[in-house]
Amino acid sequence: MKSATKSKRVSAFASELLPERELRRIADTVLRLAKFTAAEETEVHVDEVANALTRFANNAIHQNVAEHGLTVSIRTVTDGRTARATTNRFDEDSLRSTVEASLSLAHSQPKIPNLLPIPGKQRYRRVNRFIKHTAALSAEDRARAVRRACDLAVKKGQVAAGIFSNGQSQSALANSRGLFAVYRETHSEFSITMQEGSAASWAKANSADVRAFDPQKLTARAGEKAHLAVNARELAPGRYTVILEPAAVLDLVGFLFYDFSATALADKRSCLNERMGKQLFGQNISITDDVYHSLQQGAPFDGEGVPRQRVVLVDRGIPKNLVYSRAAAKAAHKQPTGHGFALPNEYGEAPMNLVFGGGDSSIEKMVASTERGLLVTRLWYIREVDPYEKVMTGMTRDGLFLVENGHVTGGVRNFRFNQSLIEMLKNVELLGPAVRATGEEAFEMVVPAMKVRNFHFSEVTKF
Amino acid sequence: MWDLCTNALDTARLRGAAYGDVRVMHLRQRDLTTKNGQVGTLSQSESVGLGIRVLADGAWGFASTDRLTQDGVATCAAHAVSIAKASALAKRGEVVLAPEQAYVDSWQSPFRKDPFEIPLETQLALLLAADAEMRRVKGVTLTETDMQFRKIDSWFASSIGSRIHQRKVISGCGIAATSFQGQEIQKRSYPNSFGGQHALQGYELVDSLDLMRNAPIIAEEAAALHSASQCPEKIGTLILGASQLGLQIHESIGHPIELDRVLGQEANFAGTSFLTLDQLNKLQYASTIVNVVADARLDHGQGLGTFAYDDEGVPAQCTDIIKAGKFRGYLSNRETAHLVGLDRSSGTMRTESWNRLPIIRMTNVSLLPGTWDYDDLIADTNDGILMETNRSWSIDDRRYQFQFSTEIGWEIKAGKKVRMLKNPSYSGITTEFWNSCDAICKFDHWTLWGTPNCGKGQPMQTMGTGHGASPARFRNVRIGTAFSNQ
Repeated sequence: MKSATKSKRVSAFASELLPERELRRIADTVLRLAKFTAAEETEVHVDEVANALTRFANNAIHQNVAEHGLTVSIRTVTDGRTARATTNRFDEDSLRSTVEASLSLAHSQPKIPNLLPIPGKQRYRRVNRFIKHTAALSAEDRARAVRRACDLAVKKGQVAAGIFSNGQSQSALANSRGLFAVYRETHSEFSITMQEGSAASWAKANSADVRAFDPQKLTARAGEKAHLAVNARELAPGRYTVILEPAAVLDLVGFLFYDFSATALADKRSCLNERMGKQLFGQNISITDDVYHSLQQGAPFDGEGVPRQRVVLVDRGIPKNLVYSRAAAKAAHKQPTGHGFALPNEYGEAPMNLVFGGGDSSIEKMVASTERGLLVTRLWYIREVDPYEKVMTGMTRDGLFLVENGHVTGGVRNFRFNQSLIEMLKNVELLGPAVRATGEEAFEMVVPAMKVRNFHFSEVTKF
Repeated sequence: MWDLCTNALDTARLRGAAYGDVRVMHLRQRDLTTKNGQVGTLSQSESVGLGIRVLADGAWGFASTDRLTQDGVATCAAHAVSIAKASALAKRGEVVLAPEQAYVDSWQSPFRKDPFEIPLETQLALLLAADAEMRRVKGVTLTETDMQFRKIDSWFASSIGSRIHQRKVISGCGIAATSFQGQEIQKRSYPNSFGGQHALQGYELVDSLDLMRNAPIIAEEAAALHSASQCPEKIGTLILGASQLGLQIHESIGHPIELDRVLGQEANFAGTSFLTLDQLNKLQYASTIVNVVADARLDHGQGLGTFAYDDEGVPAQCTDIIKAGKFRGYLSNRETAHLVGLDRSSGTMRTESWNRLPIIRMTNVSLLPGTWDYDDLIADTNDGILMETNRSWSIDDRRYQFQFSTEIGWEIKAGKKVRMLKNPSYSGITTEFWNSCDAICKFDHWTLWGTPNCGKGQPMQTMGTGHGASPARFRNVRIGTAFSNQ
């Protein structure tokens, strides 16, 4: 969205979230109340969201929603035990009851071996992901953009469906050892499916800054691809060279994120068990976790308030490092990396800001270099079939195209795939520039388009 | 709570809403898990707030708030109306609602033991004991257990005069053993995967599961799977255990009958459906022994899709979906009912919470019991594979082509289970699959399974649905494709 927004409206809407001092006041109230209880240590999270989403289908808005909510989540520690209670009522009586509920839960369990004391004060790197223009986008602004998209669909004899959303959120984390961390961000998203007869295609973008994408361009792109997908032909299942657009790459490789958790390895449920330090993927595959990357979002601290670090997970195809919560780090004699989930939990930690190394091949260049293959817009309903070989199944959706002799020659009926991610990341021939990708199966990451040989399609569907 | 509802509806009317409905909801939840003999998650939460949906200028708007003061609620209602008026900037027709009566009622789901009154120590002790039983088995490398309890109060009011209070108590419990050996991870879960069984019941659900007896059984199976034979790849006879069949129903019947999908309203996200309007009363969906209903009534059982009224104020109903194999009905709401010739909603509008818009959802979409005794079904099968407990599930966005894999399989030869099979999977096209069903077990083997994690809508909503099923047999099914590497 490139339309200018009046600054007066910007400041009015942005004030919907509580000021930081109010978050601190709520946190301080909880910590004060906890002092009069059996809690030896206390941690409090205060999270606030204000989101809005306009949904359209059949070339008209059919759902249009807004929400506002604030939650206060309290963890207490007493006599080697800990538990969490959460409420969305933040009057003093409710907060007191929630502290007591947390303590009651904690008392009900056996002592936790090796329970760590809560961390003290930390220093955080500042990140700025709160964009006033995004926060200020109104229901009318979204409706007008949707109207333009739908008008374009009508003009082309197509049918549009999608969403246009924006919102803002903030989180504060404080504890009884003086730690205080706070973060706020905005988010916006436009997603569109254009249908022409039984053919369809799709485009989507997501950013902290609503001006980073143009809904009209996304609409036009989806519309052109939907037209190209008309009269899709059926091909036999088998192994194909595929050109995966970034959204398709994201929704596949996104399933790897938890495998880099030190706790997952300790529990022997990671595909990296007995594979760390080995040449597992192709030498053109490098992955970092980097919340500070300019295309990433998220707080610079984890669920315990530990500063997030940039971690090289895979270096030229070799898994090098894992991420560690404080508990996992202690067990492994490592340093915590700032990736822990809020305690108590059984999953430990995970990298949530994956950044893949990219290359310089555009999708056009990948197509031009392909004698016979398939261009994949998007994947759907991806599930894990084999957790150790990391075989994933799923469907292509909304735009599968045949590439012949360097050109896209038409639509193809959708395939089911059963493909090992480990094998796939050995077979990457070309990489595009890494971009912020958004799909439906994985959270947003920075990934490139990929040209992959021998991708395994096992069955075909009816459209 | 009724004062807040009235305030919201009055504000909406004064701001120009032609219709409004409002839900105040109070949700309480308790989560307990263990892993490898230690407590994992131990938490409880509560959330209370209000959501209001309005029709203004012929279009919808919805807003929600947790600021439950008279000012906060009025602001929220006014916001909903302004959103509806914005929606009208991109509308292509008027919303028409099927008529519905006003109801004033209060209902509570039945339960024998309030799970929030059972001491936490008791609950944790059971989970830790089951966890210990599983860890006793050599080869088990990861043990997990969980319990989840919810108590949901909702106060629904609408501008046609309904005032409905409902209280639901929901329980869930399950255990799982995982074994990593060599180059393979194998897992067994009880009584079902992904958190076990879930139902509109109290703690009596947990009592009924007999975790201690089943913990060593699944642990031993998880370890034994490593030395089991690989499920072959072939076209053959398949028998599905009841819980796996419940998920098969969910994916290949429950979702395609949602009328919002059929009408393209989910085209961008959850997908559409092959069940276009011209298929109603014509399509031979399944073989003639197959009968499927969507039944939200308590008479059907205490499932996750059981209630007295939906979140649009429509009473719970039973709708024929498939009768003697023929496709007979959709899941509808007040807005879509007229599009399939109905004069009334089938009562399937459901919301996850006060901050989400009600949308069309499965209730209890169940395969009615057949006539076979389970032992007779096995004895009658000359060459087949029995598959139990879901491991992975996937289906295309129009609900034609699916693939499922399960945790364990059993080869059946000459009417007997002869050996364990690992990595079983099957795939097919929905209508071809259901038309190949030639035997369904009787009510003695029928369970109303709970699927607690059905995702749909934007913003995403997670809803619990119920699926009654008993083991059933299917012929000429593609088996083993997931692990084929051709």
